[in-house]
Amino acid sequence: MDLNLDAPHSMGTTIIGVTYNGGVVLGADSRTSTGMYVANRASDKITQLTDNVYVCRSGSAADSQVVSDYVRYFLHQHTIQLGQPATVKVSANLIRMLAYNNKNMLQTGLIVGGWDKYEGGKIYGIPLGGTVVEQPFASGGSGSSYLYGFFDQAWKENMTKEEAEQLVVKAVSLAIARDGASGGVVRTVIINSEGVTRNFYPGDKLQLWHEELEPQNSLLDILNAAGPEPMAM
Amino acid sequence: MSSIGTGYDLSVTTFSPDGRVFQIEYAAKAVDNSGTVVGIKCKDGIVMGVEKLIASKMMLPGSNRRIHSVHRHAGMAVAGLAADGRQIVARAKSEARSYESVYGDAVPVKELSERVASYVHLCTLYWWLRPFGCGVILGGYDKDGPQLYMIEPSGISYRYYGAAIGKGKQAAKTEIEKLKLSEMTCKEGVIEVAKIIYKLHDEAKDKAFELEMSWICEESKREHQKVPDDLLEEAKTAAKTALEEMDAD
Repeated sequence: MDLNLDAPHSMGTTIIGVTYNGGVVLGADSRTSTGMYVANRASDKITQLTDNVYVCRSGSAADSQVVSDYVRYFLHQHTIQLGQPATVKVSANLIRMLAYNNKNMLQTGLIVGGWDKYEGGKIYGIPLGGTVVEQPFASGGSGSSYLYGFFDQAWKENMTKEEAEQLVVKAVSLAIARDGASGGVVRTVIINSEGVTRNFYPGDKLQLWHEELEPQNSLLDILNAAGPEPMAM
Repeated sequence: MSSIGTGYDLSVTTFSPDGRVFQIEYAAKAVDNSGTVVGIKCKDGIVMGVEKLIASKMMLPGSNRRIHSVHRHAGMAVAGLAADGRQIVARAKSEARSYESVYGDAVPVKELSERVASYVHLCTLYWWLRPFGCGVILGGYDKDGPQLYMIEPSGISYRYYGAAIGKGKQAAKTEIEKLKLSEMTCKEGVIEVAKIIYKLHDEAKDKAFELEMSWICEESKREHQKVPDDLLEEAKTAAKTALEEMDAD
C-alpha cells in the first residue's frame, strides 16, 4: 500500500458552522492527512481572523493558512481605519476576494462565522470557486457529504447555545464515523455578544454510532500489567 | 478680518510667521462667495438644500445641479467653484464604488467622509497643486443611522447636526440652532430648510435664485434622492408665506 508521503498536506476534513439565537457555533474535526498518512491527528482547523470572527478551513492546508493570514492582516488594518470591529460580512467578502481572484491556484473551502453588533451571529460559506453564500448553517470538507440531509432535518431556528453546540458535535462525530479523511477530536468555537468560547471533545469520548465498535482494552495492557522497564534487560 | 499675507501667501506650501497657510484661507473665501448650502440631520434622515444663484435668465431651470448622489445611500451638496466640486464628487463616487467592490458592503458614511477629506487635504500639500475652492456637505444613511459631515477646503471634516456653507452661512447657522432637530422628521425638515434659505437670500445683492433640495430618510427608503416635486412646492410656498409674514411686521 502506497502511503504517498510526498502528497501535499490536505485536510480531508469536516467543518461546520451553525447559527443560533444570539450567535454562531463553529465545529471541525482534527485530521490533517498527507495521502494515507495522518500528518496531524490533533490539528486546529478553526482559525481566528478578528476578536469576533473565526474561519473554518478545509482543503489544502497551506492554501487555507495563507488565505487566513492575508485576511487577518487586511481586517486588522480595516478595523483600525473604521475605529470599530469589522463585520462578519466584510470578513467573508475579503476571503471571497482572494478565493475568487486566485481560483486557478487555490484549493480551499472556507466557512466564515462570527458575531457583530449590526447583524448578530452570521455564517458565510465560501466554497472552491469563490462564491459567498450567507446561510443559517453550512458544512464543508470531504465529510460534509454525509451531513447535508442530517442538517436539513436537524437544524431549527432559534436554538439555544447548548442545543446548537450539541448539534455541531453530533454532526462532526457522524461525519468522522463515515469519512475516512476526517477523524481525531472535535473542536468547537462559540461566538456571541459576550465573546468567544473554545471547546474540545476527545475522539474516544464521542458517542458511538451504528455498528461502530466499543474501544477494546488491548490484551497487551491486561496481560503484562507491570512490564520490564524499556531500557532495562 | 481681512489681513494681507504679503509675501507668505504665494504658495500653499508656505506658512506665515503666525502659523497660517494663507492659500487655504483664500480658498475658503472662494467658498464664502458662493450661494448658501444647508444640511440638517433630522431624527429619521438628512435634508440638504442649496440656494442656486441664477447667473443668466437663459439657463434652463433644473440644470446646473449642485447636489449629487455619491452612492445609493449618500449624497453631496457643493458650494464654491463648481468645476472643483465636480472633481470631488467624482472622487467620492469612485471611493464608494471601490469600497463596495473590495469589502462587499456599502461604504460607511464616516469612512467616505474621511477618504474625501484626505483627498481634499492632499491638494494642500504640494506647491504644484492648488487647494480645492469648494466646501462640501456630505449626507448619508448607513447601518449607524443618518449622518451629516462637512468637508472644508483645508481638508478638515467634522460630523454635524446642522451645517451651512456659503454666503449666508452665519445667518443659516443661527436659524438652524433655533430648530429642535432631534424631534423633527425629514418632511418637516424640508419645509424648515426651504424657509431658512428663502430667509437669508439677499434680494438686493443677488437677483434670482432656484431652490434645490434632496433628502435621505425612511420615506425615500434610505436612498439619496431629490425631494419629491409636490413636497418641494409645498416647502417653497410655506417659505414665501413665512417671508411675507415677516415683512408684514
